[in-house]
Amino acid sequence: MSVARFWRKQINRYNLVGTHCKTCDTYYYPPRNVCPKCRRDGEIESHKFSGPGEIVTYTVIHTAAEGFEHQAPYVLGIIQLDEGPRFTSQVVCNPEDAHIGMRVKPVFRKLGESGDKGMIYYGTKYVPA
Amino acid sequence: MRDVAIIGVKNSKFGEMWDRSFRDIVVEAGVGAIEDSGVSGDRLDGMYVGNMSGGQFVEQEHIGALIADYSGLSLDLHVPSTRVEAACASGGLAFRQAVMAVASGHEDIVMAAGVEKMTDVSSTAASAALAAAADREWEGIMGATFPGLYAMIARMHMHEYGTTSEQMAEVAVKNHKNGSMNPIAQYKSPITVDSVLNSIMVADPLHIFDCSPITDGASAVVLAPAEIAHEYTDTPIYIKATAQASDTIALHDRRDITTLDASVAAGRRAFEMAKMTTKDIDLVEVHDCFTIAEICAIEDLGFAKKGEGGKMTEEGETAIGGKIAVNTSGGLKACGHPVGATGIKQVVEVTQQLRGEAGGRQVDGAEVGMTHNVGGSGATAVVHILARER
Ligand SMILES: [Zn+2]
Repeated sequence: MSVARFWRKQINRYNLVGTHCKTCDTYYYPPRNVCPKCRRDGEIESHKFSGPGEIVTYTVIHTAAEGFEHQAPYVLGIIQLDEGPRFTSQVVCNPEDAHIGMRVKPVFRKLGESGDKGMIYYGTKYVPA
Repeated sequence: MRDVAIIGVKNSKFGEMWDRSFRDIVVEAGVGAIEDSGVSGDRLDGMYVGNMSGGQFVEQEHIGALIADYSGLSLDLHVPSTRVEAACASGGLAFRQAVMAVASGHEDIVMAAGVEKMTDVSSTAASAALAAAADREWEGIMGATFPGLYAMIARMHMHEYGTTSEQMAEVAVKNHKNGSMNPIAQYKSPITVDSVLNSIMVADPLHIFDCSPITDGASAVVLAPAEIAHEYTDTPIYIKATAQASDTIALHDRRDITTLDASVAAGRRAFEMAKMTTKDIDLVEVHDCFTIAEICAIEDLGFAKKGEGGKMTEEGETAIGGKIAVNTSGGLKACGHPVGATGIKQVVEVTQQLRGEAGGRQVDGAEVGMTHNVGGSGATAVVHILARER
């Protein structure tokens, strides 16, 4: 991913900053500019999430995505934050310990690096709470 | 709107074709479909070509023009040619665009084709190209792969409904058996549940034999208004419904991880348009990019109760001769999954079945068939109903 493309969402990735629709009181992470429920009637504000959540579902990836080879096997999960929204993140734990419903908390971690530019990018991963 | 009929079909061979190029295989399918229809090329009013990622797989864009040119339809004739992209549903969507062009009366004789040449790049590069059909900024960046996303669907399905790895393996076993009777299939040797379960783990709980392969292939069909179809063929196949639906691009935003709501919506719209129910369907080609995807598909389209797709497969009800024949072609699993071609290949299979030309995999007395083509992890679904009777 290009430096600019990553940089634009840096604050969201580093600090779990998403959005909240004041009209229907729904929280979004990843952030959205338009509320999918209220569309143009939605009043969107920035929201920093508290952090903890639980695993909705997960997999242990053995055949890694490009750039993630050295991390395999790694646990990838859909995390539900306590405020409601769901998103995809890695869970740093023993693969055998991962389970649906597991309580997790965020940690600041290196996500990867881009091959050609050598840029290291950071963001939020999860660990058992 | 006018009724529309299929008057010609053709698949290229599906597989790893090192000695053949992108344009070779699509021209083979296109010319074959024209020959099968009996129309002359200069009657063509338009072409719609499904292609997901020519830019990444063969570093070629402007696919529509390329194919018109190499089919001999650009010089003098200047036939309009449009590329359609919806990830792995590109072919199904190209077919839908072609149907709508004829139905509207804007064009008469139209070709719908689909093509992908995936083995000119390394499998790592191919996987990276495919991953672009998911949310690059919020799934891909965390190390998500396509098998990984479907593995999370599978894990949830197992948790919620008790679906087992053995039941998923049964999907692969059935589709390889069907594929063994399909001359164009990439894999023609039958496999067993044990060989699926003992194959290497790609993304737990999906083994490599739970995944469709990386494949080169092209498929094409020729369409005409129903009122003139008999001028070209004794066995026109009629399009009873064309439906499409969208869902969130990212799996994590879905209402229910185990249900592809786009499939549910497209299926419902198709049944309404055709004024039919699941009972009217004799065979269905569903999008089995992974074994769990076929289980979800038969549930989402209403052939199985939610949660019972695995059990239904295990009990043989989705085999040829069962309650509903699912993926008689061998599906994406045994035919291979050249992403842009798959949706058209499904239409070719159903057409051959309804014409009674499916050989060893023929469904007895097949009158009505359905196709179901999915893009990404379910952000696009395209469903068609085809029938022998107008
Ligand atoms: Zn809202």
